[in-house]
Amino acid sequence: MTNPKIVEPTVFELSSPGRIGVTFPTPDVPRADFPTDLLREDLPLPELAEVDVVRHYMHLSKFNYSVDSGFYPLGSCTMKYNPKIDEDTCRLPGFLYTHPLQPIETVQGNLALMYQMQEWLKEISGFAGVTLQPAAGAHGEFTGVLMMRAYHKARGDHKRTKMIVPDSAHGTNPASAGMLGMSIVVIPSDARGNVDLEKLKAACDDTVVGMMLTNPNTLGMFDEHVEEIVKIVHDCGGLMYGDGANLNALLGIVRPGDLGFDVMHFNLHKTFAVPHGGGGPGSGPVGVSQRLLDFLPEPLVGILEDGDDEEQAPLYGFVKPPQSIGRMKAFHGHFGGGLVRAYTYIAMHGPDGLKDIAQYAVLNANYLLARLRSTYHVPFDRICMHEFVAEGQFEGSDVRALDIAKRLMDYDFHPPTNYFPLIVHEALMIEPTETENKDTLDAFADALIKIAEEAKSQPELLHEAPHNTPFGRMDEVKAARELVLCCWLPEDYNENA
Amino acid sequence: MTYIPISPKERDAMLAAIGVKTLDDLFEAVPAAHRFPALNLPPALTEMEAAAELADIADANEHVRGDLISFLGAGMYNHYIPSVIDHMLRRGEFYTAYTPYQPEISQGTLQAIFEYQSLITALTGMELSNASHYDGATATAEAVNLAFAQFRGKRKKVIVSPTVHPQYRAVLRTYTQGMELEVAGDDPNADLNSNPADLAGLIDDTTMLVVVQYPDFFGRIYDYTKLIETAHGKGALVCVVANPTALALFKTPGSMGADIVVGEGQPLGIPMWYGGPSLGFFATRKSYVHKMAGRLVGETIDTRGQRSYVLTLTAREQHIKRERATSNICTNQGLLALASAIYMSVLGKSGMKQVAELCYHKAHYAAECLSQIKDMGLCFSDPFFHEFALCVNRPVEEVNARLLEHGILGGYDLGQDYPALKDHMLIAVTEMNSKEEIDVLAEVLEEVSHD
Repeated sequence: MTNPKIVEPTVFELSSPGRIGVTFPTPDVPRADFPTDLLREDLPLPELAEVDVVRHYMHLSKFNYSVDSGFYPLGSCTMKYNPKIDEDTCRLPGFLYTHPLQPIETVQGNLALMYQMQEWLKEISGFAGVTLQPAAGAHGEFTGVLMMRAYHKARGDHKRTKMIVPDSAHGTNPASAGMLGMSIVVIPSDARGNVDLEKLKAACDDTVVGMMLTNPNTLGMFDEHVEEIVKIVHDCGGLMYGDGANLNALLGIVRPGDLGFDVMHFNLHKTFAVPHGGGGPGSGPVGVSQRLLDFLPEPLVGILEDGDDEEQAPLYGFVKPPQSIGRMKAFHGHFGGGLVRAYTYIAMHGPDGLKDIAQYAVLNANYLLARLRSTYHVPFDRICMHEFVAEGQFEGSDVRALDIAKRLMDYDFHPPTNYFPLIVHEALMIEPTETENKDTLDAFADALIKIAEEAKSQPELLHEAPHNTPFGRMDEVKAARELVLCCWLPEDYNENA
Repeated sequence: MTYIPISPKERDAMLAAIGVKTLDDLFEAVPAAHRFPALNLPPALTEMEAAAELADIADANEHVRGDLISFLGAGMYNHYIPSVIDHMLRRGEFYTAYTPYQPEISQGTLQAIFEYQSLITALTGMELSNASHYDGATATAEAVNLAFAQFRGKRKKVIVSPTVHPQYRAVLRTYTQGMELEVAGDDPNADLNSNPADLAGLIDDTTMLVVVQYPDFFGRIYDYTKLIETAHGKGALVCVVANPTALALFKTPGSMGADIVVGEGQPLGIPMWYGGPSLGFFATRKSYVHKMAGRLVGETIDTRGQRSYVLTLTAREQHIKRERATSNICTNQGLLALASAIYMSVLGKSGMKQVAELCYHKAHYAAECLSQIKDMGLCFSDPFFHEFALCVNRPVEEVNARLLEHGILGGYDLGQDYPALKDHMLIAVTEMNSKEEIDVLAEVLEEVSHD
């Protein structure tokens, strides 16, 4: 087999002995002796000049598709435009260079911002309390499920071990409950994309911890019986978890707390435009109803001494809820990269701006749905929320959702989420967000309609797509079989393997 | 102010295409009683106003690049971050992309993560690294998840050294609430003078994992080779929580035989940002790769014969395995893994070592100066890296208040976590601290000692 063509060498391949990127001052203190028996022999890191490093990462950046370069309708991920001002505010020196263990008197700015974020998120969601600590949505989910478990335990209700999850749920829902050893009961969706109420009633008994519901669900449908669902779960003593992944559709439209949910995580990186960073960092604060307040992770930000309206600001500090589940991570959550950006975003929107976000996100999704429904089969077809799911397959054709996704790249669009949710065959899950204009949506719809024609006339064009990208399809089987995870290997690598 | 690029005319055309009259008509599935709540939030600010408000909030802090001289560490460190890093991070192609689900148009992110994995592997002396976790504490908890999965829950004992970061130990306990584990060794009243390797006595054949820190929470460096041999003799795994700056200078946990090496990646070119976001690195042996949580990037080839990279072993992950997944993790700390990869690349072999040596020399100079102050002294005599425990013989809170009057951020109050270390502070010194700053610290402490 011939060696693969190297498009961009790795930093190890670019390295040349003796090149230096950054130098540091010589010590201004006497040199101390090293404990020689504890020193490492070799440090096999690359040797590069700054310009080598800049060119390398510039080259790599050009291989990426991003929101800044084009339309990114990745369903359930809310890939909206990230305002540039947020990049400046989160890098203010007062935020960048404060240590998490500084005395609270020296970080009243940070603490005031965190306190305000707790208050704003409570107001937006209708919950009684909010923790900012979770680092991402999945981390927030785990936090929420830990609180649900602690609530039942504190009441001496030890037989509750079952978590109810609809078949349209994100994989994180069952995984979060699974991390605590809970068993999962899956409830199917009905023909309108709602939770099947009869099946739910049958599953609810005194062994149920609660239910994890994404609403709008992953089909993009607002469950028409949400209040009834909450009542059924509450009646059997269960708690209601809301997966806030799709909160973008609800801002100023309805508050999950008002619908009776007990706990919900926010995804600040989706709803409040914190950039996704190529897969993180996220930020996953969690809101809770009155009955879960005492179980929130420690610490929360509270007011230790009241201020007055005139001169004296309140003194902010940390407080510990009485029955806290404990700490979810070190320090205080994703403060700088997460909370400061989201705070800036909320401050710049206000109540009306937030409602606009949800309304235009839903407008854009329904407009695309209207443009596409005669070309692509949409199995759950009614007014959708911020996203909808179409089938990426055509009768009498062997073209699959994957082929359509890859072909979209040739038209310079990022593909929708595919093969999720699992309950739709060859799913294409499309979430345009509110930050796209009509021209972009029309161009995207035109491309999908053209691709549907190509699927009939030149299917090989789709099977072999993408054609216009710097890379073609990857051999994923080879990657998993050969498992090359590192371009630098210790000498005794094979012996240890 | 909004970022919605749709004119009223376009909106009306779109509503007509949908077949509704108003935007509000799109929400009829929402219960009417709760529809369109009036949110009690301040009115929207313009960009100009928001920039000013955020600057005011930031100004209400005292930070360590101007306002304060810092000797505070305890898990987050004030290191120099070369300018080049943020210039690269600000590329929209990197920071406004998502998880590289579509490898054909995500090779930038994928190759950068692959290189991050390689750099962490080289730094720790291990065989592989994943794409990162949320932070050092959660990476430590994920090591327990790995060991739990490795023994299929049949071994229930985890031995945790009391000299592992107190917050990491707290997170480990939070994470494992549903596992019915026995956590041993984690006793704040334990004899802190003893070598953490003495934990060997606790290891038995129900032990799944031993967790130690390197350098430990008090900055001390030990060779864990013997402890690891003992653990392996009983079939248990060992996780070393390591400081990445120290690894540029000292023996790797990999060379000591560790099974898992985790740690806080913040010292690798990530600002302290009041505690986050940063990243947790996680490196292990190839034999445990299927039990490891977190994203992984592997090398492969595309249809054009080009070397390329993909997310691999995704069958371990939640979106496929659902409740049977080892962990519910979806993301890594993508952008921060990129930051630390650039840091390790641009500092490289010489810069990384230089930083570690500077930290070492300056911390030892500080220890020498401070231990000469009447009434104060070093708590431990073992070799240390860039942190040490100083007995100040009076409440740390009072000492730190005095230091703050002189613009100095004093050390971490160890009495909060260790009753035996009441009146002790943990002093951290990095390349950012000049001799002059250290001398000022010594002068003020000298003054305090005469009170």
